[in-house]
Amino acid sequence: MTYEEILKKLVDEDERFIVMTAENRAAIRNLPNQIGDRFIDTGITEQTLVGSAAGLALRGRIPVIHALATFLTMRAFEFIRTDVGIGNLPVKIVGGFSGFMSDGNGATHQSLEDVSLMRGIPNVNVWCPADEEDMLIGLETVLKSESPFYIRYNNTKPSVSHNKNFEIGKAEVISEGNDVAILVYGFLLGEAVKAKEILEAQGKSVRLINLRTVKPIDEEVILKAAKECKMILTLEDHFLTGGLYSIIAEIFLRNQITAKVVPVAMDNKWFKPVIGQDLLEYEGFTGKQIAEKILKNL
Amino acid sequence: MDINKLNELKQRAFNVREHIIRMSTDGGCFIGASLSCADLIVYLYDSYLNVTKDTLKDPNRDYFFLSKGHDVPALYGTFAEIGWIEKDRLKNHLKPNDFIYWHPNRNIPGIEFHSGSLGHLLSVAIGVALDCKMRKQTNKVVVVLGDGELNEGTIWEGALVAAAKKLDNLVAVVDRNQFQANIRTEELIPLESIEKKFEAFGWTAHRVGGHDFEAMDNTFRSVKLDEGKPNVVIADTVRGKGLPSIEARADRWFVNFKHDEIDMLLKELHGEEAAKLTSETIVAR
Repeated sequence: MTYEEILKKLVDEDERFIVMTAENRAAIRNLPNQIGDRFIDTGITEQTLVGSAAGLALRGRIPVIHALATFLTMRAFEFIRTDVGIGNLPVKIVGGFSGFMSDGNGATHQSLEDVSLMRGIPNVNVWCPADEEDMLIGLETVLKSESPFYIRYNNTKPSVSHNKNFEIGKAEVISEGNDVAILVYGFLLGEAVKAKEILEAQGKSVRLINLRTVKPIDEEVILKAAKECKMILTLEDHFLTGGLYSIIAEIFLRNQITAKVVPVAMDNKWFKPVIGQDLLEYEGFTGKQIAEKILKNL
Repeated sequence: MDINKLNELKQRAFNVREHIIRMSTDGGCFIGASLSCADLIVYLYDSYLNVTKDTLKDPNRDYFFLSKGHDVPALYGTFAEIGWIEKDRLKNHLKPNDFIYWHPNRNIPGIEFHSGSLGHLLSVAIGVALDCKMRKQTNKVVVVLGDGELNEGTIWEGALVAAAKKLDNLVAVVDRNQFQANIRTEELIPLESIEKKFEAFGWTAHRVGGHDFEAMDNTFRSVKLDEGKPNVVIADTVRGKGLPSIEARADRWFVNFKHDEIDMLLKELHGEEAAKLTSETIVAR
């Protein structure tokens, strides 16, 4: 089933589900004609989208709301925090074109702080599927959960075959290894897989961990990696501040442990607005560049 | 409106004003806005909103949202007078053992949603109104906005969306007390004509004296809830209404009076001597 088919199924089966957008229909083009008044487009009004979704949730609905990640999490930030967060309402906030997926749009459209902002709101959880397959495996569980969720929508092609068992707060350990643990969320998993292959060809063992939900995060898997691996590499298409690297720092400090951690993230800058492989290459996020960074640090 | 009902509402609003005055010490409250909308809220809960203590969870109830949350003492005072909360509970204002503070929250029975940040609850009300329509229910959704709150862009975003979605079950009420926090609205960001602005956005606009129960009754009963357009009622009110010593003053928005001033203000409310206020005015908060 596709993303749209799962939404359609949920709408058909469960009267709580409402699909909404602030006029960004990229992920849901076929739904308006299929689900009638259970589809609501509020126009280019991210704040009213979130506020009215909170109102619908007060009436027992589960609104699944769509807009560009940047505008949804930043233009409407205070509505998410104040109406959805304080209200602890099961609104599912689906941000499109997050991180590097905004390609050539430029800094205005780059959501490189969305994970940081959303995880900072009490009650709001964060899920960053690695690709379309990973997203479809977890979708129903996340949408049916009682809590508000921010979802980094991701329909990219899968680079691995994913574990079908999805649990909120549980990471997917793709491979075991002890030289390096690569911790990654979202679509950079594909580059992490390439890095793993390069490293393994050179006799290194790689523990590859797809975190899936970033909040709640799988602390157990991370602490185990810190204990058993020579180094950890955090990989994210997000600002260095507030994302996975920060989360790891918080976990280590809370547990009074330390480890060698090398981050790959956007360090205090936006990325060059170019497409696909050129972007990864320019910013140093290709599998090859990641592998080189690991070898240098091992 | 018959004379008995009129007298009953006047007496209830008077009692609510006493509650508001008593909440304006030991930490204080936003007295100006609370007094301006006291008559309005008393009227709405008595005669307009189809909701009772027993139907607070009924999906067919009318919904009331206080978007300008800082005037919540008027709402709590009204709840105390109509028996939704114990009158004694108002003494818990700003105390750690309760949830009665400067803005509304859902720990208090009857509060549909929290507010405090301006420009939020019109959109929340839109979501509720959309759902009532979707479920073919005929209940109405009333949201009270401040006139200063009309500065917020999300009010006008919501005004567009409510009209686009033909939410005739939605009634926005503007407490038009002429002031935003520290200054007259027309001196800072002129709002008039508010009716024409809403009409231009596709709403039906009404205007009424917000301290005149009979006029409010006529106006609210004339609001059409089935003609495909959202409604706004602009209620002209006086900031600080009922206490001449603080009425229509920019510097009596938030107050934290001393106990002897509370006694004097209660006397002033009763038409006895004017209060001689000595505590400093608090302009900025």
